[in-house]
Amino acid sequence: MGVDDFANWLRDLAGTLHDNAAYLTELDSAIGDADHGSNMDRGFQAVVAVLDETTFESVDELLKKAGMTLVSKVGGASGPLYGTFFLRFGTALAGVEVSAATVGEALRAGVGGILARGKAEVGDKTMYDAWAPALSAYDEAVAGGSDLRGALVAAAEAAAKGRDETVPLIARKGRASYLGERSSGHQDPGATSTTLLLESAARTLG
Amino acid sequence: MKKLINDPADVVSEALRGIALAHPDHVRVDHENRIVYRKDAPRSGKVGLISGGGSGHEPMHGGFVGPGMLDAACAGEVFTSPVPEQMMAATKEVDGGAGVLHIVKNYTGDVMNFEMAAELAAAEAGTEVLSVVTDDDVAVQDSLYTAGRRGVGVTVLLEKIVGAAAEEGRPLREVADLATKVNAQGRSMGMALTSCTVPAAGKPTFELAENEMEVGIGIHGEPGRQRLPLAPAKDVAALLVDPVLQDLPYQQGDSVIAFVNGMGGTPLIELYVMYNEVRQLLDAAGITVARSLVGNYITSLEMAGCSVTLLKVDDELVRLWDAPVNTPGLRWGA
Repeated sequence: MGVDDFANWLRDLAGTLHDNAAYLTELDSAIGDADHGSNMDRGFQAVVAVLDETTFESVDELLKKAGMTLVSKVGGASGPLYGTFFLRFGTALAGVEVSAATVGEALRAGVGGILARGKAEVGDKTMYDAWAPALSAYDEAVAGGSDLRGALVAAAEAAAKGRDETVPLIARKGRASYLGERSSGHQDPGATSTTLLLESAARTLG
Repeated sequence: MKKLINDPADVVSEALRGIALAHPDHVRVDHENRIVYRKDAPRSGKVGLISGGGSGHEPMHGGFVGPGMLDAACAGEVFTSPVPEQMMAATKEVDGGAGVLHIVKNYTGDVMNFEMAAELAAAEAGTEVLSVVTDDDVAVQDSLYTAGRRGVGVTVLLEKIVGAAAEEGRPLREVADLATKVNAQGRSMGMALTSCTVPAAGKPTFELAENEMEVGIGIHGEPGRQRLPLAPAKDVAALLVDPVLQDLPYQQGDSVIAFVNGMGGTPLIELYVMYNEVRQLLDAAGITVARSLVGNYITSLEMAGCSVTLLKVDDELVRLWDAPVNTPGLRWGA
């Protein structure tokens, strides 16, 4: 597990977000402002451009650069949230060996960054509704002796379940919260992109 | 999608080129960072005023850059907030030694990005930055369970009034306090007859039948809280004015600036029909209209519809409102 693996993950994720850009924007049209797909696509294309022209010595350097790129290219709420995630995720992996346990701690640090910026709670109908169960499932898998891939698969499955459970919720954060009860019945775009991120990690890491 | 564009990805940068070419006497544009600057910024000893947000609300904010209003406006992608790097660059550039005020509309992304920018500017350049967040939209319930009210029409009035105060050379704290006061005394409510189409999305953000209207919309095509059968202008005016009047609440004898704003796709004749109705409602409520503004100032691409903003004013606010302003989107006395 090294720099190349994490670079492959980011490339795979960029491709996935590109393929799903119209879908994410459609979800965002229903309860937001119709830009989540195009924003994530623009941000991750910029990350790929950075990967193409830069050689990274360490995993943390790579991930921090990805985070900075997202902050400076995406805008909206997604830029600071995903950007801060990658910054803190990378920082937590500085100088440590990549393992199921250390990636778990790094994921928790990254999600801590999302919470610091977004101040969301479970049930607010945000990306955290995918992240929270994903972290629990990851830790549980590691405690049960699972390796990195197994833990990521468990996290991605839990995220997908959390994403689906956002459908009936009434949004309490972000632009969707302006809709009140009319936000119910729609799947949250942020929880959807978070699930794509974890599914991509499960495919490419470990 | 039927629009006068080339590639959806190039809309914002090409529009900024157009602004720079159309208004060379008012502004200069940093195309790399997507910032519209007042031509003579920074002004020594003057508080720098920066606003910004997603593009697609023209003339807000780039059209309000110039003497008497903003020193810089940061343009995001269509309906997407700008990024901290842009705001940082603008903050450093317009600081004439008296500090900088960020005027931020209350949307999660705008607030987060401006917060990060203020932290970075203070850490990197030691720039003193204060912020005011506008949140005047009464359509949104302001509670623990929402992101709070959206910033809409009051932002235009605030940028004008606070711009005049900054021009007088008042210190940062005083300018920020004035901004907070203006925001606290203003309320707005909007409605839509049609959706807009975000160029990158390529299709309308929401569908409205011929006989329907959406009441309580924001400025990003985000649907409103209520969908109602289409009604005559008289009834629509009441649907907008009543909740605004009740919210502050505005009292008999209050003096206000009355602002009827078009969302981009409604002709002026209809906005004047609306203003006529709004004015009769205000007269009936015993509200004095000190000044008025009618036109497309904070738009939502080609959305048809309008919003009504009332700002309670005293003599000082009226004086600052009347002070000269010379920007592409608002100009008098200059």
